Amino acid sequence: MSTPLAVIGVGQSRQAKRREVTIGALVREAVDGALADAELGFADIDAVVLSKTPDLFDGVMNPELYLADAMGAVGLPVTRVFTGGSVGGHAAIFGAHLVTAGLARRVLVVAYSKESEGNFTWALSRALPFSAHLGAGAGGHFAPVIREYIRRSGAPEHIGWQVAVNHRRNAARNPYAHIRRAGITLDEVRDSPMLWDPIRYLESCPSSDGSCAVVITDAAHAAYAPNPPAWIHGLAWRTETGHFAGRDEVNPRAGRDCAADAYRQAGITDPAREVDVAELYIPYSWYEPIWLENIGLAEEHRGWRLVDAGRTAFDGDLPVNPSGGVLSGNPTGATGLLRFAEAALQVRGMAGEHQVAGARRAIGHAMGGASQFHALWVVGRERPEVAR
Amino acid sequence: MRDVAVVSFAQSPCVPANRDDDMAEIVLPVLRDALDAAGLGRDDVDFFASGSHDFFEGRTFSYIESLDAVGAWPPISESHVEMDAAWAFAEAWAWLQLGEGEIALVYGIGRGSLPADLDQVLPAQLDPYLLAPLRPHRDALAGLQAAAMVDAGLTSERQLAEVVARCLAAATANPAAQTSGRPSVAELLAAPYVASPLRAHDVAPFGDAAAVVVLAAGPAARRLAERPAWVRGLDHRMDTHYPGARDLTRCDSAQLAGARAAELAGFAAADAEVAELHTEYSHQEALLVTALGLEKAQLNPSGGPLAGRPATATGLVRLGEAARRIMDGGAERAVAHATNGPALQHNLVCLLAGEPG
Repeated sequence: MSTPLAVIGVGQSRQAKRREVTIGALVREAVDGALADAELGFADIDAVVLSKTPDLFDGVMNPELYLADAMGAVGLPVTRVFTGGSVGGHAAIFGAHLVTAGLARRVLVVAYSKESEGNFTWALSRALPFSAHLGAGAGGHFAPVIREYIRRSGAPEHIGWQVAVNHRRNAARNPYAHIRRAGITLDEVRDSPMLWDPIRYLESCPSSDGSCAVVITDAAHAAYAPNPPAWIHGLAWRTETGHFAGRDEVNPRAGRDCAADAYRQAGITDPAREVDVAELYIPYSWYEPIWLENIGLAEEHRGWRLVDAGRTAFDGDLPVNPSGGVLSGNPTGATGLLRFAEAALQVRGMAGEHQVAGARRAIGHAMGGASQFHALWVVGRERPEVAR
Repeated sequence: MRDVAVVSFAQSPCVPANRDDDMAEIVLPVLRDALDAAGLGRDDVDFFASGSHDFFEGRTFSYIESLDAVGAWPPISESHVEMDAAWAFAEAWAWLQLGEGEIALVYGIGRGSLPADLDQVLPAQLDPYLLAPLRPHRDALAGLQAAAMVDAGLTSERQLAEVVARCLAAATANPAAQTSGRPSVAELLAAPYVASPLRAHDVAPFGDAAAVVVLAAGPAARRLAERPAWVRGLDHRMDTHYPGARDLTRCDSAQLAGARAAELAGFAAADAEVAELHTEYSHQEALLVTALGLEKAQLNPSGGPLAGRPATATGLVRLGEAARRIMDGGAERAVAHATNGPALQHNLVCLLAGEPG
């Protein structure tokens, strides 16, 4: 990267079942928020990148067309990225690429889903050739992977419940979160209905409406930002084929490679010590230890011990998803970008009630498909000394 | 800007309906052809970008299937646009500007034949509250645009038929064309309307095909192709969504993209000898000729989309065809255009040349 890049604006909508607004209005909430944060207008934006999960989720084909006006994108280059649930991360990275490539000074990255206008589990359960038609949605795919993680690591059953308690309590500090339950207990999670063994109801993400937007720019333009920028220290994406004999979906290599590349750019050699807070794509509680290990924040088979020791709780030494994370709000098209944006808010000191004290370096992480698409960025309070 | 060039292009023949192959099976042989022509293996590619759309496939995450043709193992750097693959080409070109790699592969797969009823599918591109409920059929908005152009004296039904006759005749030399022939203008004008003033032959026929373009930077491009087609300028622009708020007889977004691409290229579309235009309808040719200021270019020598429209691969085929004219020595400068959305809402312009800038 020839010039350091920074996030200078972040906006998001409240996540919920938002029947009172149109898709355009929902998106505009985040766009307005990001531009207000950066004290910019539409005329200051050179390109727009739109992140969205499958169009069948809410029925609008090529939504960048309909949303052109709501995003202030008329007259601008617009690119609609889609790489599964990781798409928000991919969109942010592509936005950063446009600035680095010299094709834009400021890029507006926009993401949303309005799942109340469709049926997410139906759309994810379409019959495929040569495959049993289970109609089991995303949970049905991930449950056996989680079982395999538990088998390998020997993790006790309560780890999943504890993650759910942590994230749901964190969400009570986040006014944008869909599900906010300050007083939730381990027993409540344990006693909630079993959906896809071992995933219980309260260990699962909701289906949400929501949007997110960020403004990415270079160092020269970040100098004019009214609020502290989040400097991008490293970013990477990796993809691997989803199904082949010998593929390890519990600890996918694409996730390891992706994190390693971003850490290399950031000059990070011991991520668990050098990162203060992480916003990870955790749609089911057990994915906290799984991703901690996959991206090198914990040793293999030992990620669950961080959870057990309380180290990833809000007051721990490596808080994970202080925003409440995906378990507390999952507008899938925006979920990845929300992780990236929340990481930026932490290092800007702008995370409000869920601000982690002294957060200087944070990870935003997104994954998609059959854990085959991975995107990650490291953001920091300090401008990187050496361009990566 | 870093010098980047097209070094290889391959496409499968556009067919009305391929019921023998799945997505990966359509892409794989085309991908092999494109890599073989450049003497490359899949492992030599530093970045992959693709374009497709689930609504043509009728299911979610369909693009994941096409990754089996890429063979994403060990893990790769990769991205996908849920758009025409011309926008994947734009992403790959931007990626090569970063200097993190030398070779990028772009693929587009489009299966326009799969939807049982495109009149149900294509209105889903419209504002879901104000426009989609009107359920305009697949060609209705284009018909309004064509009628507005005829009313404004910018084209005529005879000129539309002449465009179609020229494109279908050109397509007789294109083995990838889905349809071709030498109908007379009188024969064409005798056909019934599908959306007045448009007749069936004024509408690009949907089909199934894949296209692959290999891009390479600087020295790698010179090594991989005898005569690379240098991407001198590329830009794309979005217009407002609402057809009622636009002057449909103009294409400001294509004009803007063309002007910006010309700034980067150091020459304009007016200087191009060849133009490959993503004309989903015959009347759009005149619109684009004006918007891009084409003066001397041979228009759609491949036959263009009026001879075959493989959904989300159509725009990438335009880029590939324009590049091919330069790579085979037939042209020094070429322009390629791609579009997405109803009535040319979103337009991409790429200027290519036989010499780097």
